[in-house]
Amino acid sequence: MTDLPSQADVVIVGAGPAGLAAATVLRQCGVQSVVVLDREDQAGGVPRHCLHSPYGLREFRRPMTGPRYAKALVKAAKTEGLSIHTGVTVTKLLPGPMLQISSDAGPTTLQARAVLLATGAREASRAERMIGGTKPQGVISTGALQLILASGQKPFHRPAILGTELVSFSALLSCKLAGIHPVAMIEPSERTTARRPIGLFPKVLGIPLLTQTDVTEVEGRSRVTALRLSTGQTLKADGLIVTGQFQPDAPLLADSCITVDALTGGPEIDQYGRCSEAGYFAAGNLLRAVETAGWSWAEGRRIAAAIHAHLSGLLAADLGQLIRMSGPLSALVPQRIAPGPAIGLDALQLRVNTPVSGTLCLLAGASVIVSKRLHSRPERRVLLPLPSYGSELAVQLNVTDPT
Amino acid sequence: MTDLASYASVLAKSLLADPSPLATSRTPNDTFDIAVIGAGVVGCAIARRFALAGARVVVLEKAHDVLDGASKGNSAILHTGFDAAIGSLEAECLAAGHAEYLDIRERLNLPLLKSGALVIAWTEQEEGALPELMEQARKNGVDDIELLDANQLRHAEPGLGSQARAAFRVPREYLIDPWSAPLAYLTQAIAHGAEVRRNCAVTEGNFDGAQWTLTSSHGAFRTNHVINAAGLYGDHVDQTLLGRSAFTIKPRKGQFVVYDKPAFNLASHILLPVPNKITKGIVVCRTIWGNLLVGPTAEEQADRAHVVLDQGALRGLQKRGEEILPALKSHKITALYGGLRPATEEKHYRITRHPENLITVGGIRSTGLSAALGIAQHVRGLLDENWLDPTPIWPQVPNLAETAPRDWQSAGHGGVLCHCEMVTRREVIAALNSALPAQSLAGLKRRTRVTMGRCQGYYCAGALVQLTKDKFTQAMTVDD
Repeated sequence: MTDLPSQADVVIVGAGPAGLAAATVLRQCGVQSVVVLDREDQAGGVPRHCLHSPYGLREFRRPMTGPRYAKALVKAAKTEGLSIHTGVTVTKLLPGPMLQISSDAGPTTLQARAVLLATGAREASRAERMIGGTKPQGVISTGALQLILASGQKPFHRPAILGTELVSFSALLSCKLAGIHPVAMIEPSERTTARRPIGLFPKVLGIPLLTQTDVTEVEGRSRVTALRLSTGQTLKADGLIVTGQFQPDAPLLADSCITVDALTGGPEIDQYGRCSEAGYFAAGNLLRAVETAGWSWAEGRRIAAAIHAHLSGLLAADLGQLIRMSGPLSALVPQRIAPGPAIGLDALQLRVNTPVSGTLCLLAGASVIVSKRLHSRPERRVLLPLPSYGSELAVQLNVTDPT
Repeated sequence: MTDLASYASVLAKSLLADPSPLATSRTPNDTFDIAVIGAGVVGCAIARRFALAGARVVVLEKAHDVLDGASKGNSAILHTGFDAAIGSLEAECLAAGHAEYLDIRERLNLPLLKSGALVIAWTEQEEGALPELMEQARKNGVDDIELLDANQLRHAEPGLGSQARAAFRVPREYLIDPWSAPLAYLTQAIAHGAEVRRNCAVTEGNFDGAQWTLTSSHGAFRTNHVINAAGLYGDHVDQTLLGRSAFTIKPRKGQFVVYDKPAFNLASHILLPVPNKITKGIVVCRTIWGNLLVGPTAEEQADRAHVVLDQGALRGLQKRGEEILPALKSHKITALYGGLRPATEEKHYRITRHPENLITVGGIRSTGLSAALGIAQHVRGLLDENWLDPTPIWPQVPNLAETAPRDWQSAGHGGVLCHCEMVTRREVIAALNSALPAQSLAGLKRRTRVTMGRCQGYYCAGALVQLTKDKFTQAMTVDD
């Protein structure tokens, strides 16, 4: 690995699908110095640990395992002559943009004309879910499970899986591949969050699916022995995989001058991915938790085009207008629409915060751009066309009685 | 940068250091001067005090690691003892403990956050109780206190809930690191030749009129004196060795909720309630690691070994925290923990010198962290024996607090391993190879803070499994 430069045209923080895709596009656009930083020892991001398919359908037009996909992303980036620096932690975002950095070589700073934040997302912890009981080993997230399995070890033999999002089934598949036998999948709501056909997996694999059930307490001293459920039952298990409820991994924002969106926990951006602080851009699951690797990859490419426009002086400084919103939404990205060329994100991404049936409207001033029926659940993708800058914009979700 | 350079050299030394430079080879027939039963904060401080006095000390801990009982979970405050019973042994030990901590902390590289505390009245009745509490503080020698009316209080802590009526400020209530401090005490004892046995339960004892022979899961130990600092099992140890106990331990559970680092800035003081007869009440304070905590509860239970967290109590803490600091509503919880206080039937400390060369140090319910060094002085004073006074050695422990430079701010740390708590690879390796090496993930957490942050191991679990392979007696993984 080459030494870190002290300045660059573009610095990309996070070498996952979004960051690597953006870096590759920027190089293809002819941007000279693009520096990619990742705090992990290896580039590739979360897919590195997902030993199962399918990754890469959108990007490489064939199904791949996570590690193979991650390698392909890194290879594509390196083909463009990118320098990827791993084991490098960004510790503070300063105006400029300027980054404070910690690595084995000692603390340093890095100045750039643009910075892309692509730090991804992580699952909610046991503590965030307020699961009580004792604190033995073996209560872990899907991320930790996959990291441990990737090192050739097993954290338990017969865990339960809490959650039924896509990632929950990723945890299930990872277990099965490693010879671990989950005893149940547990879902607080009345049905699985992930859509069919994936939602049918437990049935196919013969694993009990306990809906309308939550884990209230963990039992066991050094290791998990059982789980207490909200139904009053006790489930014998030697571990618990606490899956999903992803959130942007955004501690760098909390300690910076960048405005954080209260709904997503990620940065507030316009359709070009621009944050409130000049020169900072964001893409991928930092924007909203959580999308697929392929989606984040495509997003990275779109934001890279906007960064290229920014470097070429084609974007005005005006960050535009905030989109007003009402109804049970947990995400609206981008939050702003700015004046300028038709590049960057091409859709409004929404999430609901509770299972809903209702009418979703996009309004520009007095005129209705879109009005459509919506049946959705948390953690599912909802899209609206990207409105153009001009009149006052609003997104309304009016919940109707399902009867 | 000299700070950082010296810090890095401390870490490097702790990696290379001989675990016990003064330890002499000992034959099984050798006799110790002092056997301390229990390696909680009190046992660690007592071991240090006698080792510094030149005594040959052995510490016997039945758990797999030190600090595994009552000392595992507390609010990490260095109390002045302003609200202790006037003239009590507890008040005396708190004052002495507070003073000695301030005296020695820099030499051991222990942190201090000079936050001060506010004792806040939330009701008219509580407001009426303030003068008496202030009088009590003065009588306890804490006379640098001042009364704040509602306006002054609002000025001192703008984030407080609107119900806050008045308060008094106790400037010398501070925040410390509850694990690094006792580890430093014990590390200093080890540097003076003390031996520490973990997984070592004392099962029997025989006093022949001059010496004890203790039978344990690690064989027999001969010692002139026994100090029972067994915390939650203090009564059991007295029963085992003396056939009697003056008290019965009645464990009292305290649960805590920890908020993520952005909440650190919501309050500067330790926010204390007006205490009642049973408990100091629910505290909101920052931590030396840059978080904010709310707790503890006070719940009596029979079980001495298990702390069971329950959602109802935790949500109650969350609610109370939001009443005290309304802005907490928009902040994230990163961790939950609990501890057990070794309370007895009575509120006061139960420190007794028995004719059988045994000193019981019991009932150190909730002020153990603050008073430990003072308790150690007191216990030392109960024995009129003297040994050859060695020149003190001051081993420096790694700093984990945000109040001083951390390892990630220096070079050569091998990369940041735990991104939430900014723990480096070098820090983890040092903790695995220290004088008291971590033997479980729980022990490694206390020594380095790995996995204690917001992601709770989402990012670093894999690297930890690899680094700790074959190092732990309680492995992170299972066999096939």
